[in-house]
Amino acid sequence: MLNGRQHVGVSVTIATTLEDACAALAAEPGSLVLAGGTDLMVEVNRGSRRIGNVVALDRIPEIADWQLTGDVLRLGAGVTFAEICEPGIAALVPALAQAARTVGSPQIRNAATIGGNIATASPAGDSIPVLAALDAVLELRSAEATREVPVVEFITGVKTTCLTPGELIEAVRVPVLDGPQEFCKVGPRNAMVISVASLALLVDRSARRIRVGLGSVAPTPLRATQAEDHVSGHIDWDNGAPPEPEVLREFADLVAGSTSPIDDHRGTAAYRRHAVRVLAQRSLTRVLNRVSSS
Amino acid sequence: MSTDPFVLEVNGRSHEVTDAHPGESLLRVLRERLGLAGSKNACEEGECGSCTVLVDGQTVCSCLVLASTAAGRQITTIEGVAGDDGLSHVQEAFVDAGAVQCGFCTPGLIVSTGSLLESDPDPSDLAVREAISGNLCRCTGYGRVLEAVHLAATRLGGST
Amino acid sequence: MTHLATSRRTAAPRIGEDAPRPDGVPKVAGTFAFSSDLHHDRMLWGGTLRSPHASARIRSLDISAAVAVTGVHAVLTHEDVPGSPNYGLEHRDQPVLAADVVRYEGEPVAIVAADNPEAVRMAIDAIAVDYEPLEPLVDPDLAERADPIHPDGNLVRRINLVHGDQGVRGEVQVEGIYEVGMQDQAFLGPESGMAVPAEDGGIDLYVATQWLHSDRDQVADCLGLDTARVRLTLSGVGGAFGAREDLSLHVHLCMLALHTRRPVKMVYSREESFHGHVHRHPARMWFRHHADRDGTIVRVESRLVLDGGAYASSSGAVIANATCFAVGPYRVPSAHIDGAVVRTNNPPCGAMRGFGAVQTCFAHEAQMDRLADALEMDPVELRLHNALAPGDELLTGQTITGTAPVAEVIRTCADHPSGASMAVDPMELPGGAGRTADPEHVVRGEAFALGFKNLLFSEGFDDSSEASCRLADGVATITSACAEVGQGFVTLAQQITREVLGVDGVVLLPASTDGIGSAGSTSASRQTWMSGGAIQEACGQVRVQLLDRLAFEHGVDAADLVVADGRVVSMAGGLEVDLAEATAEPIEASVVFRHAPTLPLDGNGQGDAHVSFAFSAHRAIVDVDVELGLVKVVELTTSQDVGRVLNPLQTVGQLEGGAAQGVGLAVMEEVLVQDGRIRNASFTDYLVPTALDMPPVEIAALIEQAEPGAPFGAKGIGEPPSISSTAAVAAAIRDATGLDLPRVPVRPTDIVFPEGAA
Repeated sequence: MLNGRQHVGVSVTIATTLEDACAALAAEPGSLVLAGGTDLMVEVNRGSRRIGNVVALDRIPEIADWQLTGDVLRLGAGVTFAEICEPGIAALVPALAQAARTVGSPQIRNAATIGGNIATASPAGDSIPVLAALDAVLELRSAEATREVPVVEFITGVKTTCLTPGELIEAVRVPVLDGPQEFCKVGPRNAMVISVASLALLVDRSARRIRVGLGSVAPTPLRATQAEDHVSGHIDWDNGAPPEPEVLREFADLVAGSTSPIDDHRGTAAYRRHAVRVLAQRSLTRVLNRVSSS
Repeated sequence: MSTDPFVLEVNGRSHEVTDAHPGESLLRVLRERLGLAGSKNACEEGECGSCTVLVDGQTVCSCLVLASTAAGRQITTIEGVAGDDGLSHVQEAFVDAGAVQCGFCTPGLIVSTGSLLESDPDPSDLAVREAISGNLCRCTGYGRVLEAVHLAATRLGGST
Repeated sequence: MTHLATSRRTAAPRIGEDAPRPDGVPKVAGTFAFSSDLHHDRMLWGGTLRSPHASARIRSLDISAAVAVTGVHAVLTHEDVPGSPNYGLEHRDQPVLAADVVRYEGEPVAIVAADNPEAVRMAIDAIAVDYEPLEPLVDPDLAERADPIHPDGNLVRRINLVHGDQGVRGEVQVEGIYEVGMQDQAFLGPESGMAVPAEDGGIDLYVATQWLHSDRDQVADCLGLDTARVRLTLSGVGGAFGAREDLSLHVHLCMLALHTRRPVKMVYSREESFHGHVHRHPARMWFRHHADRDGTIVRVESRLVLDGGAYASSSGAVIANATCFAVGPYRVPSAHIDGAVVRTNNPPCGAMRGFGAVQTCFAHEAQMDRLADALEMDPVELRLHNALAPGDELLTGQTITGTAPVAEVIRTCADHPSGASMAVDPMELPGGAGRTADPEHVVRGEAFALGFKNLLFSEGFDDSSEASCRLADGVATITSACAEVGQGFVTLAQQITREVLGVDGVVLLPASTDGIGSAGSTSASRQTWMSGGAIQEACGQVRVQLLDRLAFEHGVDAADLVVADGRVVSMAGGLEVDLAEATAEPIEASVVFRHAPTLPLDGNGQGDAHVSFAFSAHRAIVDVDVELGLVKVVELTTSQDVGRVLNPLQTVGQLEGGAAQGVGLAVMEEVLVQDGRIRNASFTDYLVPTALDMPPVEIAALIEQAEPGAPFGAKGIGEPPSISSTAAVAAAIRDATGLDLPRVPVRPTDIVFPEGAA
């Protein structure tokens, strides 16, 4: 442990092992867990969050790495979005890399981590629709125990999670699917913008299934399961012939219908619903073009 | 309340920081405690990039780094960009190409540009635009900035 | 892309050349001191408590808990304002600190000085204010009928401009209602400064501003000090664009410093900055254009309502511009323009680049396109057909006596070939990094817009700038209080001095109120003309004195002497004197420069109220994803009437930068105000264009026709790029979508749900 300190005021623990981090958290369960800092420090600078004891995770090698085992990719919680954009990970989960490229700016992507994005649990979190579509499983850890929770259960509401005091995210496990993937995000600026609506669409050829995750259109991570069921049954998996336009339309309608968006200063509910309908059609067309051409 | 003393390695020099407030950002410490005011404070929410510094070789917004967690890392600020023999190619190119107006975004842009040209010595226009998309400039409309990046790339290429 | 000469020159560049900025090296090195970088070993930090309500009565204010916070040195309220309780640019109607009422969200209520920013924050939180919230007046259309929210009433100014024969009707009429949202200047360097108490009981204020002497006078009034004891020095300015023409933290800093007898520094946060300065006026505009079948405009009627927010600021001058230039640079023999700017409980509005002309340009250019449609005429041809020319009359009855190369501006811009290709990478299509569009989802649009505006101050304002030049040992030292805000005046000041005096060594003293008179405001595209003119004349007088002195000493004719390359030589030969030697005894001159006088507008909005005008055109090419309502501006092409180019590199910088702010207003920038409260006071939600949003700006032509009365014939160039660019981009989106789009910024929902479904 570097600079670990007990202090009358506040302590900042720069953990170098997971065990240290968990021990520090166990000792002070109210501590803030700091990963890349790109969400937390905004609140601190604004004065909307008073900082107490801190456990910093950015120097724990165990969570800064990723491994491929069979067709399961395990991303340490400390993997940054810049690293996710690199060819190594991008080749395995292209939609996650596309989502990562829309996170903030290069400076933000160098610091922000996938674990932090999940733990912040914003409805607009860019990685979350992809992780939902991948049925990502989170490995949680505390000094006492470890457990696994699917990402869709982990996030319980707007910026709330099922993390208990003393617990942190160690890793995210996702399957490496056989098939093309798409992530699209709507915002009124061409870069560095908070998502108004986003959609991840993944082809799972071996399961003969289309998977769809949605962002910024519901308080928690959303899978468009009805739409997935419907369209998966209408795709010509053997020959790759393009589906009828009507299937595309029905699929898009079902995607839009699965949402429960809100009006806010970034966009209206009607626009968000409309936008995911459009993204659903376009992304399905994109992946099917690639399916049929491959 | 304050944080225990810690040591920051900035531009090759060690600085002991005492009495930092809990939550004090690297940007605040650089500017207000270490006298390194070149990194700028335009938004303090990671949106403008004017506080961009290198931490262990990577660009980050120093406003979003909790200062005490940067202890032991190698930090390079705009003050560390120029060498003993004067301005860097990137800095010279910004002056020569007219990429500087009010200059508030300039230090961050120069740090970002330096980082880009390390990894991509001859970037396309699109690559430059993406690489500096986290550095807002309100004066130039980015035209002369793009020119400066390409000029620096040419000069760096010519010097190797 | 324009590639400019970038080679290093050996001789110091003069007028017309790419002189490098004298502040360029410290700015790239990070050593240039901006106002937020000031430091003093004994300094305290200052902060401001602001109203959370758009309208409220203050029942009570209790600072006792704040005073008790450790490290706090002062907590001051309206009761502590030593002099005039109010300040303001045109009317002193804005309280230094709110007394019994607050009239907008963010209005300062109390100020604090403490040892560190943390203690400041805690003290601000500890001030107890009991507010009785009131129903805010937020609809500008209702303002004139509503109960006054200020003792000065809710109408700040109305100009009822009546021009020509009011009975004229056109064979073709087009009508429209247009709206412009509230834009923020969004300069990057936040409001900041430091006040240092002086031994004489006065105060030294170091601050980022656009107009030192106006600030000085207002600060002195509010402090109850004579102006001699209030000294302002310009600190490094991180952009301005109009937002620093009004006071912000100036009086607060001085009060805290005088009270604590310590230097006090204050830096606004970005959120506070959105509340702490004026914005561009939102506008609602109705227009009816009358034309003959051949396209000749015969009459324009218009009603303009600008929302001035809670305090007057420069609203009176903004509505004058909006009204006087309401129809654009076209011959309009008959007009009735009813322009009003009103008071509401919305955020105060004032100066921003383009100053009233941006709003009306958006509307008049939409009307011109509508008229072209109705006449089935080419829109560029229609503009050419009606374009103003020297000798023509403006709406105000004033005849244009200077240059007005409107037709040249139109033709060169419209005829310039486009370099825009079709993008394939979704990154370069609408939606950008979000990868939302493929080429088949995109419709391309193209349109053209023309704009103009006055240069310099108008309506009889005594507009002046003072400068002095001292030539000693061959080095010229220039003193001027002109505020360098990033535009590059410091470069021009050196170029002008070198040009006139033939010297290389030019020193610019820091801009301050000490020892020199006002340079006027860095606004209205006026400093190159006004302070440039003052420096040119001061240097000219020094030159005359120098040559007279040498002529007398050497018994030659002064007319035979020239200054060049640091020497004075006689053309006839025989005399060559080193300038440093010749000025071992210094020569000085000081000049107060004034432009040609103007007159107030009469009751019908008529009169020779303006000095000079500058014209610009933009052609915009946009790609629109109609289904998602997203826009990518692909290319902007511009021509501008510049009089004469004094520094090509800086000229390009102004044209590109101004256009970027125009693009922002067209497609993304708006301060969202609901019930009087700003909902997006951050750079996370107030979006300004990034490098991926801004297209290349092609400069088709810089029209150089020397303007009479202007130094070197150069017109100001800062504002026109922001005027016609917004209108052109909006029109191009109309061209792509076929929609009316009567409002900027054009939001995705405006394209997706044009009937207002949501």
